[in-house]
Amino acid sequence: MPERIYVGAKSQVRDALGEKIRAKIIQDLEIGTINSVRTAAVYILNGSVYPADIVALAEGPLSDPIVQDYTINKTFCDSFDWMVEVGFLPGVTDNAGRTAKEAVIIALGRTFPESFSVHTGTQYFFFGNISRKSIERIAVEILANTLIQSIKIYSRDEWLRVHAKDFPAPVVIDTHTAPLFSEVNLHVSDDALLAISKNGMLALSLDEMKCIKDHFTSPATISERKANGMPANITNVELEVLAQTWSEHCKHKIFNADIVYLENGKEPRHIKSLFKSYIQKTTALVREAKGSGDFCLSVFKDNAGVVRFNDTAAIVFKVETHNSPSALDPYGGALTGIVGVNRDPFGTGLGCRLIANTDVFCFASPFYAGKVPPRIFHPKRVLEGVREGVEHGGNKSGIPTVNGTIVFDDRFLGKPLVYCGTLGLMPLDVGGRKGWEKKALPGDHIIMVGGRIGKDGIHGATFSSEPLHEGSPATAVQIGDPITQKRMTDFLLVARDRGLYNSITDNGAGGLSSSIGEMASDTGGAIVHLEKAPLKYHGLEPWEIYVSEAQERMNAAVPENKVPAFLALAQEWNVEATDLGEFTGTGFLDIRYGDTVVARLNMDFMHNGLPEMSLVAKWEDRGAGTKGTYAPADVKADTLALLRRLNICSKEYVVRQYDHEVQGGSVVKPLCGAKNDGPSDAAVIRPILESFQGIAVSNGIVPRYSDIDTYAMTACAVDEAVRNACCVGADPATMAGLDNFCWCDPVQSAGNPDGEYKLAQLVRANMALLDICVAYGIPLISGKDSMKNDYRIGDVAIAIPPTLLFSLVATVPDVRKAVTMDFKENGNVIYLMGTTFPDLGASEYALMKGVRDASVPTLRNPKRTFDCYTTLFSAVSEGLVRACHDCSDGGLAVALTEMCFAGDMGAQVECQAIEHSGCASDIEILFSESPGRILLEVEPQKARRLETLFSRLPLRRIGAVVKGDTIQFKGLRQAPVVTLSRIDAKAAWKSTLQF
Amino acid sequence: MSRDIAAIVLAGNGTNCEMETAHACRLGGFDTVDIITVWELVSGDASLDPYDFLCLPGGFLDGDDLGSAKAQANRLLHTVVKKTGAPLFPQFTSFIQNGKLILGICNGFQLMVKLGLLPALSGAFTQQVTLTNNDSGRFEDRWVWLKANPSSPCVFTKGIGTIYLPVRHGEGKFVARDSEVLDTLRKQNQIVFSYIDPETQAPTMKYPENPNGSQLSIAGVCDATGRLFGLMPHPEAYSHGTNHPRWSREDVPEEGMGPQLFRNAREYIAKNS
Repeated sequence: MPERIYVGAKSQVRDALGEKIRAKIIQDLEIGTINSVRTAAVYILNGSVYPADIVALAEGPLSDPIVQDYTINKTFCDSFDWMVEVGFLPGVTDNAGRTAKEAVIIALGRTFPESFSVHTGTQYFFFGNISRKSIERIAVEILANTLIQSIKIYSRDEWLRVHAKDFPAPVVIDTHTAPLFSEVNLHVSDDALLAISKNGMLALSLDEMKCIKDHFTSPATISERKANGMPANITNVELEVLAQTWSEHCKHKIFNADIVYLENGKEPRHIKSLFKSYIQKTTALVREAKGSGDFCLSVFKDNAGVVRFNDTAAIVFKVETHNSPSALDPYGGALTGIVGVNRDPFGTGLGCRLIANTDVFCFASPFYAGKVPPRIFHPKRVLEGVREGVEHGGNKSGIPTVNGTIVFDDRFLGKPLVYCGTLGLMPLDVGGRKGWEKKALPGDHIIMVGGRIGKDGIHGATFSSEPLHEGSPATAVQIGDPITQKRMTDFLLVARDRGLYNSITDNGAGGLSSSIGEMASDTGGAIVHLEKAPLKYHGLEPWEIYVSEAQERMNAAVPENKVPAFLALAQEWNVEATDLGEFTGTGFLDIRYGDTVVARLNMDFMHNGLPEMSLVAKWEDRGAGTKGTYAPADVKADTLALLRRLNICSKEYVVRQYDHEVQGGSVVKPLCGAKNDGPSDAAVIRPILESFQGIAVSNGIVPRYSDIDTYAMTACAVDEAVRNACCVGADPATMAGLDNFCWCDPVQSAGNPDGEYKLAQLVRANMALLDICVAYGIPLISGKDSMKNDYRIGDVAIAIPPTLLFSLVATVPDVRKAVTMDFKENGNVIYLMGTTFPDLGASEYALMKGVRDASVPTLRNPKRTFDCYTTLFSAVSEGLVRACHDCSDGGLAVALTEMCFAGDMGAQVECQAIEHSGCASDIEILFSESPGRILLEVEPQKARRLETLFSRLPLRRIGAVVKGDTIQFKGLRQAPVVTLSRIDAKAAWKSTLQF
Repeated sequence: MSRDIAAIVLAGNGTNCEMETAHACRLGGFDTVDIITVWELVSGDASLDPYDFLCLPGGFLDGDDLGSAKAQANRLLHTVVKKTGAPLFPQFTSFIQNGKLILGICNGFQLMVKLGLLPALSGAFTQQVTLTNNDSGRFEDRWVWLKANPSSPCVFTKGIGTIYLPVRHGEGKFVARDSEVLDTLRKQNQIVFSYIDPETQAPTMKYPENPNGSQLSIAGVCDATGRLFGLMPHPEAYSHGTNHPRWSREDVPEEGMGPQLFRNAREYIAKNS
């Protein structure tokens, strides 16, 4: 039986984890009868270890003698009222267990059998008068996620009667004797074909199943298979490979569909692929216009986009989503999201050093008081789980989280959105090769590097191609291990610089199936030997090995003569690397287990056989004509109330828990100002410490505008990202964008009767993307779409608002000229750039007041707006601008107030001085969310020069920065004058999210 | 001409500040700065011997899975160098016996403490203090003010009064085995840096000026010789003025406050070798 070591805080030492849990129980569950909570780590040694060795381990690597005690096979604490033990379910990634196993082997200096394992868990001891029901609630709602963890609950009496030593270790028991593959008969009815797809979690449509059937029943396929000893029926391995390759997640079927777009009174518009007609076209037009100034190096074809940074380096950027897994396991899903997206830039070209993360989350309100539907967690738990997952993933990888935001809307209850982005810095030249190009060659070996394969993440690609439903599989969730990944990436950068591989890509969604499938299209085939794949435990069938999404793995295409050097280097760096086969030019993907061929697929059919979808999009202007009416404003109370709103309030508690300055190049941090707590517009980093050239990173996202029109939503999201970057001093001519669509299912069906409208929303978003990005000269360099962000269980259906995250990267020529948003000095002049329109529709103000208003913020003149940005950049370059902040959520009043409290300064502003069009009230001036507007602080002696620069553009002097606590607005009609205390305003802004 | 003075930044297995730490060494005037991984020490491809200064940078060694730096301490103590068959740890002890310098930053400080290299009272390399969970129960990135102890033998802090640096840790609370250890540290002036309240300039137990609840507000300690030094805040993160969180509003010198620690180390080595 396994040995158990318990480690906990000495009795006189504070138990920080226990205290944190107690506070959480009181705050979230309102169970107040808990006097204290203590904790102990549990180490389960599954293998034979001598008693003396167990003591040595407990005293050595497993405990800290200064603050901790240990016990062996005897509970750490025996006076509790309740004890809850939480462990991992068999097969779930146990990072601490892996580290402990390595520590045991090193400490004892001897070899252990393959079956030796170490598992970890936690015991929570509760003191107080608590009912069993309460303890059960605490266990399920705070301590554990039953999808991945086991829970055991004991009263003290119950614990005295059991022997923990007799508990088995949570190992995966291999009981099955399945054959290497099975055949699937596709000569069946349509209903039966659909049943095969549904029961197998394949997410293939009837058309797709029929297409596969046709291929396998064609005479050419039949004779080819016969000649090669394959069964006439498709094998389950082949079917799984096709399901993965053809999944919405991997193939972007909706973005490649044939669409007829219908809009009242207009000719139907035929769109052949949104991706080609809008996304790719945007980039093509922008690159053409830039001519010799085109800085794009690799767009759309690799795992991330690549743009030139300077004469020696390129920037690599990718943003991904990890929504479905984060709904089921917020911590693990988000952790995997961040370490997963790290591998995208890393697996681009020949690889790059990762220099920054940016994260944007969308949740329902953490104060949501309604009923939470089955299978999902309360939004606060989702928020905290995701926050912590990204904290561990980002911090432990040593990549600074430089900026991000959180958007709240209760429709994200059904599916939270977890956008994780990573930037890398790539040498333009890698030993004479272009850093951004890669190509596997026939004969190159397929070497898998990093973690081992388990059942984790099986069907992730197909699962995220469906709404969240009752049968959504637990195994679709993985838990990332940042340290295994860090070792792997450290090693691969050395291998890169020694020229040991020709190509590299990551094992993400779809696992080996996706990565080998993609790389094999370079050469036209591959032979894979699955029996060589390193497994976490026995009992995986070949198809499971091939589609598992177990994390921290990359594949390298290594020339045969370099295989020994590659493997030796991996061994030295303590990284597992395994030769799984080779790339070929046969035109077939040939997968074997030992001598048995378990799949033989025509590469051309795999990659090009998928039938195109035909869809209809039908736009109707659902909010048309509604002009909201607002009660007279109490500017002071409304501004304070806006500052408290979730979408505006301080996110400092999250930001502080992310390392935002590791790597030493931080210039504009997420928090700035006199007290280091003002909200920065964008990040600026200096990736090369010997240089002053910087990179700005920003994001734009406003899903609430989708309720009126996704065209406006998209235009404003793009503009927001651009504004934010301009505010810190980025050069608008160097901007490159990433589009990341998260939509509710736009495919009409019986269960989804509004699909045609949602598709029209998608089409309009694409139209805006093209119009604005072309006007701004911003190429799209990479992107992502997640099309099934719906929840359907029982009669509850929740669809997210259509959401586009626009992420932007740009160059800051000299970071010493970067600008922050906090007011700096008494007597400086305040300018507002841009024109204010009565754009209150779907604004934070309208939402707060519960007013339905269709006048959604609109980008009316993108060319002129972009001229403003270019001129602003000139002003920043000349050193004219002391502070800069964009008007977004909550409008001018909120932006100005933020500049005041960030800078410990007051201000006086006159609404009359503001350039506006059609605004009739102070409400419209102060709370409108018209895009294209930026507030500037300028020293009086530089005002004239600034005004000259902007002579033909909308820029007005609207007030002055003053000493003291008072922020003063003079209304359109001079009176009344509203005054606001910046100290009160800051307190309001900081009061909401204090977890 | 004086000889080359060489620094080694020991990286790998989860460290993540090696690049900027090496940069700070260069700013401090080291002639040779090599980033070497622990794997190269383990294989025998590299050793500590050619270097004058060992820098243990911040990061998450082994993910801090068994407690910060615990698994790496275990590895350094028990590993045998593959090429030579000799145990690895004596490389560290002879490095120290030869009068060379070691600086541990954040995770590197945690490693030194758990190896017993600090504070090494009475010269013994056994663990006497620890760095444990912050009182707040969370990882935090924030800037703090530190005051140097002018009577400390620490060779790194000569000429430094107060210094402003970021902390970025979840396990930085300094706790001694007992009050005797604390008393000795104080008496021998081995407390090098304390977290202070910038208003009063006095050591503080108040959060967040003292970000983790450290006993006696301890942010950094040295051994009795002053040649081994560890601290939780990150001097390498403040190499340039633009690293300062308020550089865009305050008059901040071009060079950050961090490089001075490294320059002091280099000058000490130049003088004493």
